[in-house]
Amino acid sequence: MTEQPTTQAAPPLGRFGAYGGRYVPEALVAALEELDEHRTKAMADPAFLGELAELHRSYTGRPSIITPVRRFGDEHCGGAQVVLKREDLNHTGSHKINNVLGQALLTKRMGKTRVIAETGAGQHGVATATAAALMGLDCTVYMGRVDTERQALNVARMRLLGAEVVPVDHGSRTLKDAVNEAFRDWVANVEHTHYVLGTVTGPYPFPEMVRDFHRIIGVEARAQLLDEFGRLPDAVLACVGGGSNAMGIFHRFIDDAGVRLIGLEGGGDGPASGRHASRFSGEATPGVLHGAFTYVLQDDEGQTIESHSVSAGLDYPSVGPEHAYLRDSGRADYYPITDHEAMTAFEALSRTEGILPAIESAHALAGAMKIGRELGPDALLLVSLSGRGDKDVHTAAKWFGLLDERDSDV
Amino acid sequence: MTTELQRSGVSATLARAKGARRAALIGYLPVGYPDVDTSIEAMVTMVRAGVDVVEIGVPYTDPLMDGPIIQTAATGALAAGVRVRDVFRAAEAVAGAGASCEVMTYWNPVLRYGVDAFARDLASSGGSGLITPDLVPDEAADWIAASDAHGLDRVFLIAPSSTPERLVTTTAACRGFVYAASLMGVTGARSSVGSAAAELVRRAREVTDTPLCVGLGVSTGEQAHEVAGFADGVIVGSALVATLVQAPDNRAGLIALAAKATELAEGVRQ
Repeated sequence: MTEQPTTQAAPPLGRFGAYGGRYVPEALVAALEELDEHRTKAMADPAFLGELAELHRSYTGRPSIITPVRRFGDEHCGGAQVVLKREDLNHTGSHKINNVLGQALLTKRMGKTRVIAETGAGQHGVATATAAALMGLDCTVYMGRVDTERQALNVARMRLLGAEVVPVDHGSRTLKDAVNEAFRDWVANVEHTHYVLGTVTGPYPFPEMVRDFHRIIGVEARAQLLDEFGRLPDAVLACVGGGSNAMGIFHRFIDDAGVRLIGLEGGGDGPASGRHASRFSGEATPGVLHGAFTYVLQDDEGQTIESHSVSAGLDYPSVGPEHAYLRDSGRADYYPITDHEAMTAFEALSRTEGILPAIESAHALAGAMKIGRELGPDALLLVSLSGRGDKDVHTAAKWFGLLDERDSDV
Repeated sequence: MTTELQRSGVSATLARAKGARRAALIGYLPVGYPDVDTSIEAMVTMVRAGVDVVEIGVPYTDPLMDGPIIQTAATGALAAGVRVRDVFRAAEAVAGAGASCEVMTYWNPVLRYGVDAFARDLASSGGSGLITPDLVPDEAADWIAASDAHGLDRVFLIAPSSTPERLVTTTAACRGFVYAASLMGVTGARSSVGSAAAELVRRAREVTDTPLCVGLGVSTGEQAHEVAGFADGVIVGSALVATLVQAPDNRAGLIALAAKATELAEGVRQ
C-alpha cells in the first residue's frame, strides 16, 4: 500500500474572520457552488438588479418610509429622537420579502422549479410562499410543530398562498428543527429544488447572499436620515434571531465609525434562567450548527441547547457568522432583552404611536428604551421595525390578559 | 513509520475481505441506544453475526443527514444520558471482539471535545478513524492534521452530485476508505439501491485506488449482495438500528439485530 499524499485544503471560503464556512454534506456542495456562481453573476448583472429593483418598487413597496416616533421617544426613551425604519410596511409584513424575491429570481435563473423554506414566526414562510405564487414555483415550508401552534394564522396564510406547510415533530419542534428538515429535503431534491434559507446563517454563500439582499434596508435608511435629519444616527438598533434584518440595516453603517451598531437578542426569562436565546451572553460558544461556524447555544458535549423566547422569530440557538465577527471585533454590541422587556416595549409603541410591532421587533424597541435613557435627548436612534404585529395579536392579547378564557382558542 | 504500521484496523479488514474475493460488511449503530451497555452488546452481537467493521455513531441533537430511524435512536440515546466519551468505550469493546471500527460523527461534538484530543483518545481506544458526514475536506485542515498526527483514517463522503474535480480532491483526502453515498438523500431503507451507486463507484475508481464503500438505503441481504458486486464494502445503518428501535424489549432487539446482521453478512459472502 502506498502512502497517499495529504491534500492541501483550499483556502476557507466565505469566512467572516474565523466564522462562517461550509459545514455540509458533500451532496450539497455542488448546489452551493452553483448558487454562488449564479448569485455572483446576478449581483453584477444590470438586468437582474433592474428586475429586482422593479419588483421592490411595484410589489414590495420600496423604499420603505422612516417614521419619527416622538411620543415613544419622549415617554419611553429618555427624550431621545427615535426613528423607525418601516420594514413592517413591506408587502407580507416584514423585511423577509427583500431576500425572498432575490432568491426566487435566482431560482428561476438556475432553472429550478421548486423552493423550500424553514420558518419560525412564519414571516419567512409567508414571504417565500408569496414569491412562489408570484413566480409560479412549487413551495414547501417546514415549521416546528410548536411554532405552527403559536403562529397558526401564518400557517393558514401560507396554505392560502398555495404552499404546503409541513409541521416538524423532531427535537425541540421549533425553528432549528425546521432547518434540519429543510436540509434533509434539499439533499434529496436538490436537482430541481432551491432552499430559500431565511436568514444570514447556513453554509456559504447564504450568509453573504442574504445580507446583500437585505442591505437595501440600511442603504435607504442612511440616505433618508441624511436627507431628513441632516446627520447620521448615534446608534442603529435591530433584533437578532438569525440576524438578517440586523445585517441588512447594519451593513451600510459599518464604515461609519461614529455609529453604534446594537443587536438585541431574545432574552427569554433572563440570561441567568437558562431559558433564553442569547447566543452572545455566556453559555454560547463558537461551534458548528446548520452549516456555519458561529456562536451556538451548546452544552459541554457540543449538543445544541434549546432556546427560549416569547418571539418565535428569535427562538434560535445559533446566529449568523457575520454577527459573531462583528461582536468579536467590537464593531457591534449585543444585549439580551427579556420577554417581559420586549412586551413592555410592544405595549409602549402601540399606545404612544398606534403601531403594533412584531414581537421580534419589540426587542429592538426595548433596546432603544435603554439606550435612549442612557444617551438622552440629543441622541438620534434608528430602529429597524422589521415586522408588523398582526401575527402576534393573539400572543400579545394573552400576555396582557385581554382575552376571555372562552375566546382563547380564537 | 512504515506503511504497514500506518495501515489502520479497518484498512486491514478491507484488505482481508478483498483477499477472500468479497466485499466487507460495515454495520452502523449509535452508541448509547437504548443505553450505553446495551448498545455495546449490540455492536459485539453484530460482529459475531459477521459484520466486519463497526461504524459507531455519536448521537447528536441535529443530525441533518439522518432519516427518522436514526433520529429516533439519537434522541433516545441523548435522553438516556449518553456522553461523547462513551464512544471510546465502545471502540475498545469492538476491538476486544476482534473487529475494527470507525466513528461516525457530526462535526460539532468533535469540535467541542477538541479535535486533537478526540483524535488522541480515539487512537488510544483502538478506533481506526472518523467518518464525517458534515465535514468536507475543504473545511478539515485541523482534522487532517490531527488524523495525520495520530495515524487515523479520515473517511469523507462522495455523492452522485460530486463534480469530477471534487471526486479527485475528496478521494485524495480520504484514508481507510471513501464513503460513497448511493443516492441523493438521508439515511434510511429504500426499496432499491438504484443505478446511481454503481455509476458513482465507476467514476471514483477512475481517480482513486482507495477502497470504495457504499452506504445509504441498503437494508436487505439481496441489496447487500448487489452492492457487493461493485463496491469494496457495503454500509448498512438504518436497517440495523431499526431492529433495536422497533423491538418490544432489549433482548428481542438483540435477537432481531443478530438475524438482520446474519442476513446481510450472507449477502456480501454469496
